[in-house]
Amino acid sequence: MFENHLLSLLIWTPILGGILVLATGGDKNSAEARALALVFSIATFVISLLVYHKFILGTAQMQFAELYDWFNFGTLRAYYHLGIDGISLPLIVLTTFTTIIVVVAGWEVIQFKAAQYMAAFLIMEGLMIGVFAALDAALFYVFWEAMLIPMFIVIGVWGGQRRVYATFKFFLYTFFGSVFMLVALVYLAQKGGNFEILQMYATPLNKNEQVLIFLAFLIAFAVKVPMWPVHTWLPDAHVEAPTGGSVVLAAIMLKLGAYGFLRFSLPITPDASHQLDWLMITLSLIAVVYIGFVALVQQDMKKLIAYSSISHMGFVTLGFFIVWAITAQQGNNIGAVMGIEGALVQMISHGFVSGAMFLCVGVMYDRLHSRMIKDYGGVVNTMPMFAAFMLFFAMANAGLPGTSGFVGEFMVILSSFRASFWYAFLAGTTLIIGAAYTLWMVKRVLFGAIQNEGVAKLQDLNRREFFVLGSLAVMVLFFGIYPAPLLEVMDASVTNLVRHIGQSKLLVPGG
Amino acid sequence: MNFALSHLQLALPEIVLLTAICLVLLVDLFVTEKTRGTTYMLAQLSLVAVLLCTLATAVDKPLLAFSDMFVRDRMGDILKIFIYAITFAGFLYSKSYLKMRDISFGEFYVLGLFGVLGMMILISAHSLLTVYLGLELMSLSMYAMVALQRDSAVASESAMKYFVLGAIASGLLLYGMSMLYGVTGSLDLGRISQGVVQHKANIVLIFGLVFIIVGVAFKLGAVPFHMWVPDVYQGSATAVTLYIGTAPKIAAFAMLMRLLVDGLQPLQAEWRDILIILAIASLAVGNIVAIAQTNIKRMLAYSTISHVGFLLLGVIAGTAEGYSAAMFYVLIYSLMALGAFGMIILLSRFGFEAEQLDSFKGLNQRSPWFAFMMLILMFSMAGVPPFIGFWAKLAVLTAVINIQLTWLAIVAVLFSIVGAVYYLRIVKLMYFDTPQDSQALECSTDMRVLMSINGVLVLLLGLNPGLILSLCAEVMAK
Repeated sequence: MFENHLLSLLIWTPILGGILVLATGGDKNSAEARALALVFSIATFVISLLVYHKFILGTAQMQFAELYDWFNFGTLRAYYHLGIDGISLPLIVLTTFTTIIVVVAGWEVIQFKAAQYMAAFLIMEGLMIGVFAALDAALFYVFWEAMLIPMFIVIGVWGGQRRVYATFKFFLYTFFGSVFMLVALVYLAQKGGNFEILQMYATPLNKNEQVLIFLAFLIAFAVKVPMWPVHTWLPDAHVEAPTGGSVVLAAIMLKLGAYGFLRFSLPITPDASHQLDWLMITLSLIAVVYIGFVALVQQDMKKLIAYSSISHMGFVTLGFFIVWAITAQQGNNIGAVMGIEGALVQMISHGFVSGAMFLCVGVMYDRLHSRMIKDYGGVVNTMPMFAAFMLFFAMANAGLPGTSGFVGEFMVILSSFRASFWYAFLAGTTLIIGAAYTLWMVKRVLFGAIQNEGVAKLQDLNRREFFVLGSLAVMVLFFGIYPAPLLEVMDASVTNLVRHIGQSKLLVPGG
Repeated sequence: MNFALSHLQLALPEIVLLTAICLVLLVDLFVTEKTRGTTYMLAQLSLVAVLLCTLATAVDKPLLAFSDMFVRDRMGDILKIFIYAITFAGFLYSKSYLKMRDISFGEFYVLGLFGVLGMMILISAHSLLTVYLGLELMSLSMYAMVALQRDSAVASESAMKYFVLGAIASGLLLYGMSMLYGVTGSLDLGRISQGVVQHKANIVLIFGLVFIIVGVAFKLGAVPFHMWVPDVYQGSATAVTLYIGTAPKIAAFAMLMRLLVDGLQPLQAEWRDILIILAIASLAVGNIVAIAQTNIKRMLAYSTISHVGFLLLGVIAGTAEGYSAAMFYVLIYSLMALGAFGMIILLSRFGFEAEQLDSFKGLNQRSPWFAFMMLILMFSMAGVPPFIGFWAKLAVLTAVINIQLTWLAIVAVLFSIVGAVYYLRIVKLMYFDTPQDSQALECSTDMRVLMSINGVLVLLLGLNPGLILSLCAEVMAK
């Protein structure tokens, strides 16, 4: 019976797990809570691998579809409709993988209310998978917003000094963006009679409507990605969040915004996306270049990685919105497909790399309780194993060939050459700036003479930390050398998407 | 006078309640300090009895009785059933609070039941006279309830304020009614509706409409007729605030529907514009001023005002969908407000009123379960899914967008972002701050169970919003 409900299983297993973990009660039973959380996160990961195994390549159809009536209310017709394609599948597997990492990483570090901590992450996992799997806009919105609640709690309860400020900023920024999307979704639902996302793709919309809807979506997704200039919540949230929170934020939550562009903005408002692609490209390039320079001057390691995330996500949005420029130049879709695929690979890779970087900072923070670059120096002398890992992830962050960071960046830069030399030139500067800020940080933190007594007393990685960083390193290396499994999963869906957005909705009769 | 015996059957719930109240009143005379639980039990029993009566005599289509003064329809039945349930829960929440503060059971419960009777009559009103009768019965009970703590200067002050302002509002309402009567020559809402069509151009009608809206807006607490709400909420004993803040809102919604929709539907274009102004003002003032409050009851008062703004949006839509959205909204709102005030009562102990926001500090460390319930309620009020409050907002927004007033929907969602701040602050106090005292909350089992049901219901209904939504939609589809 579970065969046909794999996606539901994937969503509800961690949520149920979270509730069970909560039920273990107070801090007395922390050990049980942790064990239970690990069991459920692994179970979810196994289910996601099963889904990956059963996924049929070469078709853009939604797979593992589940469709039930949810509720009716006048024009509000909502379904419990799930399904995934090649775009959502890799992100779901990334989510389930990252959750295991987060659970293990928080094992000893979190002593205060450990059950609630683990439960928050499990519930968040279920909700994030829900966002990737939802094919009904109402369902999508419920998952999208509900996810804010556990994150709000995680940052606020287990965060640093200015956690209250950071978590309010995080919540209000995202809430602000989302409500515009809600109005747009209701408007679309009213046009089409229901909240089905796939049906919205076919809904004819005139230019004016498209632009307004596009802008409403833009506010929601740009905040989440985040794009310049609505990115300011991210450094604060990252810095104040506990390590696990930073990892989930960087690895998955940022991807939700980018996913939203692919699932909503591009296919529902193709003409407006085309018309406003200059805006998106400009914002993306500003993020890539300007935020890269901002990262260069950071004193706080977490802040530096946060800015580096924004810069990397600029690549992703660049890859999405150069589509029209490429097809106009080339007359075919091949370059455009590569741009979007490169952006998707970049998303997955960034999930691993930035997560790993935050974990590295977490490892040091647990020992010295400082995130400042100046408090470190010469760490390699006392923590050689850790230093090797951190250097590796830093290289991946800078886009070294052979790591997953290279594949995505290279594909996006290559395809932006087909759009315009200057896009490619500006995007290419990231290879220099990115290397500069990452490696300079690594140099100051890891190398040189031992700066102070704290560093002199550092202990190298324990087995748990080794496992966490090691498994991430394997993924980064694997997809760096052999990205084909990723690409073949997404290829059919992306090709189909590019074909769809190439067709103007304005030509539809009556539109 | 047209009167038939079958009319009595339609009014059976009201008749039963009135009889029961008299009984409770009599029994209360003989109740001693030790047995005062009897009054409480009887009051609850009468609510159950009325519920059964309402279910037994439920109607499918609207039926008129007593010379068309009284109407029994599905909307009324559902609103009444919710009022019974909410009042039942409210009485339960209040029990220990009243006991600890030595507020007399007899008066509180009897007045509460009289208030319910007033609400029922208001809901079933089909004539301006019945509207006024129900309204006054309800309001007078509430004035008296606010004044129940006669030793407290604050309570007396707010009772006075409430009474004087309420009397002015009633006066304005009566004035408006007299104008309607003057133009249409009838007190019957159905005939007024026909008369309005004939005399549409008559300026007196518009004057009457304005006065009537002022009266209703006062009862709802819509800006700029909201001044009494924060003071009364703050000044009353929390049990009374709970009572005032929940069920009467449902009745006020019914009054709005009866007067504006049943009676003055032909003037929709006129009242829509007035309501838009009231709604935007309520959303703005309610949400912004609530942020500045340090007293939780006052904060919830402003939150009520903002919710009234949302409720009005549904009525503004002027479609069956909009009315059902507004009805859905008011039902859901009273459920959430019930939980929130219940939580304040729970936090209060002997000699300590949990009136300041700070009393929520660190609740997660003291009683994680109750903190979680309050978290659900707060996020629901802020309109965050998956809780039911989100669907209430969504239903209203859909209705507004469907009549091409998308800008109004955007204004509403913008203010709901502002509103999120003060709900989040409660969550922050409960989860992020350290407690002022580490004692776990103590309360009786029935209260614990009720609080849990209240919170979990907000979550579960949110997962399956169709349950109540379709009920409201079905009632309003004419």
